[in-house]
Amino acid sequence: MADVNLTVDGKKVTVPAGTLLIEACRAAGIEVPAFCYYPGLSLCGACRMCMVRIEKMPKLQTACTTPVAEGMTVHTETPEIAQARKATVELLLGNHPLDCPVCDAGGECELQDMTFKYGAPTSQYVEIKQHREEQQWSPVVYFDRPRCIMCYRCVRVCGEGMDVWALGVQNRGAGSVIAPNRQDHLDCEECGMCIDICPVGALTSDTYRYKTRPWEMNHVATVCTHCGDGCKTTLGVRRADDGMEIVRGDNRDKSGINEDFLCIKGRYAFDFANHPDRLTKPLIRQADRSFATATWEQALELAAKKLKEVRDTKGPDAIGVIGSNRTTNEENYLLQKFARTVLGTNNIDHHRTADYVSFVRALAGKADRAASLRDAGTAPAILLLGNDPTEQHPALAWALRTNVRLNKAKLFLVNTSDIKLRRQAKAFLHIPEGGYADAVRFLGSNDADFHGIEGAADFRDALRAEPKLLILFGSEFRGHDIDALVSFGLSLPDARFACLADYANSRGAADMGLLPDLLPGYRPVAAPGPFAEEYPNLPQKPGKDLIEMFDAAERGELGALYVVGANPVERYNVDPASLKNTFVIVQEMFLTETAQIADVVLPAANLYEKGGSVTNSYGDLQLVKKAGDRAGVRSDLELIVRIADRMGAKPQQLVPFGRGLRADTGQSRGAQSGEADRHSIWLASRQIEPKVSPFDPYAVLDEIARLVPGYDVERMNLLAGNDVRTKLVSIEPAASTTRRDLVLPAQDALFTSGTLGRYSAKLAEVHESHRKSPAETAAD
Amino acid sequence: MPELVSHPEEVKVISRRWGQGAADIDKYIELGGYAALRKCIEQGPEWVINEMKTSGLRGRGGAGFPTGMKWSFVPKQSEKPKYVLVNGDESEPGTCKDHLIFLHDPHSVIEGTMIAGLAIGAKVGFIYLRGEYRYLIEIMERALAQCYERGILGKNIFGTGFDFDALSHTGAGAYEVGEESALMESLEGKRGVPRIKPPFPAVVGLYGGPTVINNAETIASVPFIIEMGGAAYAKLGTERNGGTRLFGISGKVNRPGVYELPMGYNLKKMIYEVAGGIPNGKALKAVVPGGASCPILRADEIDVGMDFDQMGKAGTMLGSAGVVVLDETVSIVEFALRTIKFYQHESCGWCIPCREGTDWLKKTMTRFYEGYGTTKDIDNMRYLAENMLGRTFCPLGDAAAMPMIGFFKKFRDEFEEYIRANPSAPESQALVELVGA
Ligand SMILES: Cc1cc2nc3c(=O)[nH]c(=O)nc-3n(C[C@H](O)[C@H](O)[C@H](O)COP(=O)(O)O)c2cc1C
Ligand code: SF4
Ligand code: SF4
Ligand code: SF4
Ligand code: FES
Repeated sequence: MADVNLTVDGKKVTVPAGTLLIEACRAAGIEVPAFCYYPGLSLCGACRMCMVRIEKMPKLQTACTTPVAEGMTVHTETPEIAQARKATVELLLGNHPLDCPVCDAGGECELQDMTFKYGAPTSQYVEIKQHREEQQWSPVVYFDRPRCIMCYRCVRVCGEGMDVWALGVQNRGAGSVIAPNRQDHLDCEECGMCIDICPVGALTSDTYRYKTRPWEMNHVATVCTHCGDGCKTTLGVRRADDGMEIVRGDNRDKSGINEDFLCIKGRYAFDFANHPDRLTKPLIRQADRSFATATWEQALELAAKKLKEVRDTKGPDAIGVIGSNRTTNEENYLLQKFARTVLGTNNIDHHRTADYVSFVRALAGKADRAASLRDAGTAPAILLLGNDPTEQHPALAWALRTNVRLNKAKLFLVNTSDIKLRRQAKAFLHIPEGGYADAVRFLGSNDADFHGIEGAADFRDALRAEPKLLILFGSEFRGHDIDALVSFGLSLPDARFACLADYANSRGAADMGLLPDLLPGYRPVAAPGPFAEEYPNLPQKPGKDLIEMFDAAERGELGALYVVGANPVERYNVDPASLKNTFVIVQEMFLTETAQIADVVLPAANLYEKGGSVTNSYGDLQLVKKAGDRAGVRSDLELIVRIADRMGAKPQQLVPFGRGLRADTGQSRGAQSGEADRHSIWLASRQIEPKVSPFDPYAVLDEIARLVPGYDVERMNLLAGNDVRTKLVSIEPAASTTRRDLVLPAQDALFTSGTLGRYSAKLAEVHESHRKSPAETAAD
Repeated sequence: MPELVSHPEEVKVISRRWGQGAADIDKYIELGGYAALRKCIEQGPEWVINEMKTSGLRGRGGAGFPTGMKWSFVPKQSEKPKYVLVNGDESEPGTCKDHLIFLHDPHSVIEGTMIAGLAIGAKVGFIYLRGEYRYLIEIMERALAQCYERGILGKNIFGTGFDFDALSHTGAGAYEVGEESALMESLEGKRGVPRIKPPFPAVVGLYGGPTVINNAETIASVPFIIEMGGAAYAKLGTERNGGTRLFGISGKVNRPGVYELPMGYNLKKMIYEVAGGIPNGKALKAVVPGGASCPILRADEIDVGMDFDQMGKAGTMLGSAGVVVLDETVSIVEFALRTIKFYQHESCGWCIPCREGTDWLKKTMTRFYEGYGTTKDIDNMRYLAENMLGRTFCPLGDAAAMPMIGFFKKFRDEFEEYIRANPSAPESQALVELVGA
């Protein structure tokens, strides 16, 4: 669109035609106050805070509803405007409680800020304020009516943004109230978007409300530990008796791939960290089969001794290692390096929730065709096969809905169920159960008919006409089905692909080589390339996959099993008796089904309690920062190093720490901590920051960047808290095809999150309440 | 059925058929009905719009926008269907003219709607009736049914190939849905809250299609204009204010009622001659000339012609031409309370200045009326009303603020006197009680 020139407060601004005046002002660095305007939501012109003076117009105009026009001259701060805003604030305060010190939003309230700015220090009214008792609408959402300023943000974000439409307005005039459309309760996705977007303290969350003050918390930007979308979140953390307690999560600054979106899990399901069942002391199995607590010294010593013993007596092939979907890339990398170089085995695997091996193989040589989560928000057309993002990939669902709503993107769906996103879909191919492979074959064919489904051929033809198609698929696709789908996509002019997996670092686990036949970067163990030199004694023979390990245990051939942050016993339905001859070491947060049969249990930190990086389903790499802390637990990285150390391995061989110590640490700058911070970021970005400890994840990250193809990313960007693209590697097509049964979709829904989710009291409560009264989808 | 009034000064154009049973289609046709529609179908849209422009007809809903011009804004080509909407929400206090049209001459509304549809290329018209006018809906429904029976509505009307459907609908009791965009929301089944403008209805209206929305009287005038010709109609009124208008005179007059008089008719004459003057020899205090939203005129300000332009010059508005006459016995304080109670009750609540402003005005006014007022309250209320004016999302906020400002400006002494006349509640004591309460 053509550009338009205008003048705002004497500054010349040029913006595309059609831009709203309020955005044009922002572009000129001028913030026009706004309660009801919210970028991306429908306009409502209700609060009248954004009034500005446009020359040649008789009245003040609302900047939020006025599109720019050529030659417009605008004033945003004049006495007249200040008076108008002051009057509006006065009116709002008329019925608003003036108890900011006890309000949940005190200190981060937009009404407070406006009152401060436009000063309405005297109350004009003596009549009593309208009052209503606070209401609880759902396990997470509370509403304090008197604080509501009727900006309708909550109503719009729930309806337009979430497509849930749980909130509405009741009554009229001064009696207007925001209310659930089901009278007294919400029947909704419990995302908390409404709470997050509320400019005042009217909507509050059960997890955070009245617990602390915003300035008393630490605010740590990190990544959600739950699904494979990897939303960025800023955790609010406060001190607790036994460490730190995370009390809230949000992404209000809209940094990161999820904009301001978070689902219930990202926003509220962090309470597992302080669950009473959390393990904080190592456990050792006693002769009578019971557990006794032990010192770290005893537990680590025993674990190391047993691993060494089995390796040296029964041979490396008698040890199995199972890694995690939720540990960091650094931990995953280190775990496989430990397995391959210290234990000397390729018997390593993890709970695969998607078939990345086949995905990478199918796209070999086409690195540019791998899509980021960001593409879901910008692609002009999207084909989604399988999966139900509303339940399994909420941020993806958000991005798709937003893209359809704001950019008129075309969404094509192929699914066996009537998933909620069909409401945004331009076309929906409702296929019979188990029909995905068939559907892909049909898309690639010229058949007229597909199971007699009406419009199937039109669906296919419309897809083929898309010049730029984003193809997303779920774990329904494995092995050769992925090849078929990719080859269909490659027949289109410019298709990009993403393969959806279930957990925060499912992709990272595969990328980092938690696979029996593939090294980090999907390099075959038989053709290790640089790893031949880097990894002394690297076994050349592919190891046992997860199922084979348990088969070996059954046969009594597995002497030891080392499980890091995984619950295979429950996931793969393993008979505990089959492990009676195997020494099991488990690093866990809780006494899971797998931990219960262990011989040594080592209490581990979770993703919020350590640093490192994770890779989401789409290959977007992000930094994880330590937010919480829990007395008694240790990071998996540290535990691996300590076990290796006790086995006699050299920590330096595993973790390249101690390098780069030449650098000035900036400590001499003393109290000027800002200076020091910048200095260390500069050092870190050049990979010359001091890594003084073998437990420093950055040291491992250095090695990953050096050795894992696709991970040599721009450091500065990563450190700044941005998501950076990893590059898809090209692997030899000869690499093994994954057995279908190795991929086990997690079957999580919106209110579950694997084993971890069971320990989130909030999530469990919501899950339970929705199980009792299943949500009805809003009317179509 | 309310009695019809009449006066020799009247010029009966739209009210011509009233009282003659024209609600029945046969009578309507006998009295010349649906001839204008035939003529328009013959002459075509361009001609119709030109006649309307020539007639000088200005919207009878309140704002007085030239009707011919409004119709000409509708784009000729449109992907979405176009609509004609008749605004029969008539809820402005002091206004009671549209309901007489629906009662006595519903076919004139249907015929006008069809002509408007023909002019802009719409195939569907909606006649939206005020919720409280339930008793009129039967009359309207019957008139519509008769049209379908006679082939006057439906397909291929008069064998000319012109198709048109008309439906009626009632509101649910909200003044605000008289505002055109709120009316569309309401008609679409949503809350009666106005829309952001632009886009204006002529471009994006009902169900997103280009829409002409006109007051019922405006629409009912159309067949008569076609019949007599735009130029002849224009001549009945004053410059830029063509034709006649239905004036609803109420309050302290001897012969209240709805009179059809030429545009520009003198207000003083209207009160003293047409409506028979003030009962019981009382003196006139003030007049609200065009419905409750128009600023009040003092007794010495009423020698003025009743058209849009002259009323504007007099510092008020012609509005919906509902003339409310107050004599010396009427308390302006009480009248102000009654007025703000109405707007507080009718504010849709969408925007802050109107929702909160009307509420605080009402609360303060109520206390004031109860005898607990202070001079500071008068200042506060005026400040409040002045800070609503021009700042609200739709004109309802202005409609509430303007009369209130008028009361405080023109009758401040009466408010001050009211405080003094209530010695039972001295200022200080009143406030102490309130703050303690
Ligand atoms: C609060 C409010 C209430 C209104 N009520 C009515 C009404 O009851 N009837 C009406 O015809 N116009 C009403 N209007 C004016 C309409 O918005 C619109 O201007 C009118 O229907 C246009 O028709 P006209 O051009 O024929 O006057 C109202 C406007 C406002 C702001
Ligand atoms: S929690 Fe989410 S889904 Fe529920 S009402 Fe709020 S915005 Fe809507
Ligand atoms: S609850 Fe909050 S977001 Fe919703 S309308 Fe009220 S102030 Fe706005
Ligand atoms: S001025 Fe505002 S609150 Fe009042 S009726 Fe219009 S939109 Fe509703
Ligand atoms: S921000 Fe413009 S009216 Fe609310």
